[in-house]
Amino acid sequence: MAINQCELRPMGKPIHRKEDPRFIRGQGRYVDDIVLPNMLYMSIVRSPYAHAKIKSIHTEAAYQVPGVKLILTGEDLEKLNLAWIPTMAGDVQMVLATKKVLYQYQEVAAVIAETRGAAADAAQLVEVEYEALPVVVDPFRALQPDAPVLRDDREKQSNHIWHWEAGDREKTEEIFQAAPVVVSQNVRFQRVHPSPLEPCGCIADYNKATGKLTWYVTSQAPHAHRTVLAMVSGLPEHKIHVISPDVGGGFGNKVPVYPGYVCAIVASLQLGQPVKWIETRTENIASTGFARDYHMTAEIAADESGKVLALRVKTVADHGAFDAAADPTKFPAGLFSIVTGSYDFQQAFVEVDGVYTNKAPGGVAYRCSFRVTEAAYLIERTMDVLARRLNMDPAELRLRNFIKKEQFPYQSPTGWTYDSGDYEKTFKLALEKIGYHELRKEQAEKRARGELMGIGISTFTEVVGAGPSHSFDIMGIKMFDSAEIRVHPTGKVIARLGVRHQGQGHETTFAQIIGEELGLSADDVLVEEGDTDTAPYGLGTYASRSTPTAGGAAALCARRIREKAKKIAAHLLEVGEADVSWNGEAFEVKGLPSRKVTMSEVALAAYTNLPEGMEPGLEATYYYDPPNLTFPHGAYIAVVDIDKGTGAVKVRRFLAVDDCGNVINPMIVEGQVHGGLTEGFAIAFMQDIPYDEDGNCLAPNWMDYLVPTSLDSPHWETDRTVTPSPHHPIGAKGVGESPNVGSPAAFVNAVVDALAPYGVEHIDMPIFPWKVWEILRQNGVTE
Amino acid sequence: MQIRVTVNGRVHESDVEPRTLLVYYLREHLRLTGAHVGCDTTTCGACTVLLNGKAVKSCTVLAVQANGQEIVTIEGLERDGELHPLQKAFWEEHALQCGYCTPGMIMTACELLARNPFPTEEEVRKGISGNVCRCTGYVNIVKAIQSAGRQLAGQTADPENRSEVVSSGN
Ligand code: FES
Ligand code: FES
Repeated sequence: MAINQCELRPMGKPIHRKEDPRFIRGQGRYVDDIVLPNMLYMSIVRSPYAHAKIKSIHTEAAYQVPGVKLILTGEDLEKLNLAWIPTMAGDVQMVLATKKVLYQYQEVAAVIAETRGAAADAAQLVEVEYEALPVVVDPFRALQPDAPVLRDDREKQSNHIWHWEAGDREKTEEIFQAAPVVVSQNVRFQRVHPSPLEPCGCIADYNKATGKLTWYVTSQAPHAHRTVLAMVSGLPEHKIHVISPDVGGGFGNKVPVYPGYVCAIVASLQLGQPVKWIETRTENIASTGFARDYHMTAEIAADESGKVLALRVKTVADHGAFDAAADPTKFPAGLFSIVTGSYDFQQAFVEVDGVYTNKAPGGVAYRCSFRVTEAAYLIERTMDVLARRLNMDPAELRLRNFIKKEQFPYQSPTGWTYDSGDYEKTFKLALEKIGYHELRKEQAEKRARGELMGIGISTFTEVVGAGPSHSFDIMGIKMFDSAEIRVHPTGKVIARLGVRHQGQGHETTFAQIIGEELGLSADDVLVEEGDTDTAPYGLGTYASRSTPTAGGAAALCARRIREKAKKIAAHLLEVGEADVSWNGEAFEVKGLPSRKVTMSEVALAAYTNLPEGMEPGLEATYYYDPPNLTFPHGAYIAVVDIDKGTGAVKVRRFLAVDDCGNVINPMIVEGQVHGGLTEGFAIAFMQDIPYDEDGNCLAPNWMDYLVPTSLDSPHWETDRTVTPSPHHPIGAKGVGESPNVGSPAAFVNAVVDALAPYGVEHIDMPIFPWKVWEILRQNGVTE
Repeated sequence: MQIRVTVNGRVHESDVEPRTLLVYYLREHLRLTGAHVGCDTTTCGACTVLLNGKAVKSCTVLAVQANGQEIVTIEGLERDGELHPLQKAFWEEHALQCGYCTPGMIMTACELLARNPFPTEEEVRKGISGNVCRCTGYVNIVKAIQSAGRQLAGQTADPENRSEVVSSGN
């Protein structure tokens, strides 16, 4: 097997993944693969109405189904004080509906039975009597004073949840007053869903004898989930054991705590038997954390030469029935303030209003750092609108406005400090590699022949590594992350981390970091995550935070071990510590490089032959609170051709040049970029969760909510520049979400560019062929 | 209902509820959990197995329909401790991330390569278009399948002859 894992100095090498052997054999262990003795199954009864009073619930018929053990309703949960639970965003959410339902597919009752089939059969027989109420699906309508107030449990009698702003309103205003050029564009980032291939689910296993709850769950953040459970259930935290086994993709969808989880736990507590709940695909799309749904207006003030001066943004964010968004509590629209992107604006002012509607709750950071995707899309779209207004090449406009290399660390007008970047270099590489100028020539020729070709650019600044505790928390818990490393006597290592991967390859990359720091092969390092009984406390894997936070923790933890190892090495080499140096693979006597000891030799000595008075063992724990976020960047270019007969857009080429700082495993980075681009492509061209005016979810499955297949998805080209993060222990930045953040704008810019001859300035996503066809028809291009 | 199926070369006799889907029969009765469930609509292919050599979505076949038939699942591909060339190629080409789609993807590729050992990129993309992967973006999956095809056909086989192979397969 071509596995090159045995080499030392593993950092930066395309080592094949250590996790793969189990997956390619079908031996992955996902939640639904786990079967426990006496396990029961749960099925959820959901509301067909988007807004209705619950007049009565009858469970008698359902209880007649053989094998039914328990049926839970909101009233049952009320007695336990669990009918409502806190959300991550500081709101409260119904677990099972009491009195009324607020969105279609809302959880109304939970049926627990001996088999999957019996639970599903009985769920059909739960009789719920509803009385329909007026439905509000449009967030702008929801804000009107005469709109029905949806959340009568709140003090504030309106559908307005919160107002949030960043930047300087007055100074921005002043620049707008005097600016020679102002453009304005309304842009909608539609409601989409992360839709990992494995839906969400759990098994709750409460042992009445020990009082311990073991909870297997599809979780991106097992420790945070444990704390939330302890807070809501009253079970002590040390008696809750959360295990997140292999997870079949998360993309943000597996961060929140869902009502189904709580019901399974309550059922297990009551019955003293394990209870499994695995969602259907429809439940996943129609009731768990969606993403985006931002209605945005951006205005740019500029001078005639195209130099941008100020940015003003107003946004309405549709959060559905409960504000269950994943956002640090200090800023409810998260990193939407990064909306100035890669450009040197003097001033900016951003405001967002959160609104309740009769839709599924959520607002998760789907492959995105807390609304940075919306921000990147908006600025890249609006920069193109400005270029068009000035009749300037969009590449030229960007080159004139980039934050320059010398300006880092760069203070953004909304208060963030960008750590490092070289935007011009990355962009120029992209232009050259794709042959931008030749493509423009080709486009001119095609246009002359009446053909439709477009080139779309997106040069984005990402912001990842949610962690600096001065700004980031989840329900008040600071977002540091952690590593614990033990070196065994034979020089083999077990490392446990507080994050939890869902396909990102942590078992390999963290082994590479630790191997590099300890002078060992990545083969010698076993990485374990996802078990709260063994791993140190951490906030989980989402928002591309694992490398910036846990990666930093792993490196610093290993360095802590190296400090002790050095003392032992000096003892073994019989010299003073000051005379020993680390050469990357061993400790050597300064000036006498042939006298050295390896980490394996030191490891054995740590248990057998220590300096007088030293504590035995070789292990360390490190909680890393990063000083700042990291700011990867990239330059993406899409080339599209449009079929005049059908309006279908063909992505002929797509080049992504990313800069995510120092790279741990280039093969994995490239794979992450491919995956993110495919999700970005889907958002640009295929995906939307629309609702009709009665609040019916119109895309609650993969027949209507489209996921790209191998036939839809383009071939991806990638390249890279490297600008290390100056403050990260290994200079890495994180990459997993960059392609999903950066690519939608490139696709849309390309389509708009192709249609520019017809005066098109903007098209909202998803760009279905019929939208393009309609534009062509109106312009007499097609029948 | 009583059924008798051969799975990965072993005969199993089982009593199943008539409504049991093949995927749940494999996963829950036989504890072969390699085939996964990802959708309710026959869209994702995570549950793909070979039924008499043909790739089928086992969420859309009843266990009773498999009565008397022969099934191969991902667990049946490894021979005497040797990974199947597709398994190796997926590993080498980084054709998986979360691994949830992987067993189904590999089973579909098995049938594809049996028909056409030297598929072009387009033919691979067409061949696996019933299998959704949410993580990899397909580029590396295509590479892995092509590389496995070359290995399966043996180094000596001449890719120039591929057109013949294709026509005989289709
Ligand atoms: S589970 Fe069978 S096709 Fe999706
Ligand atoms: S590897 Fe995750 S769905 Fe394919």
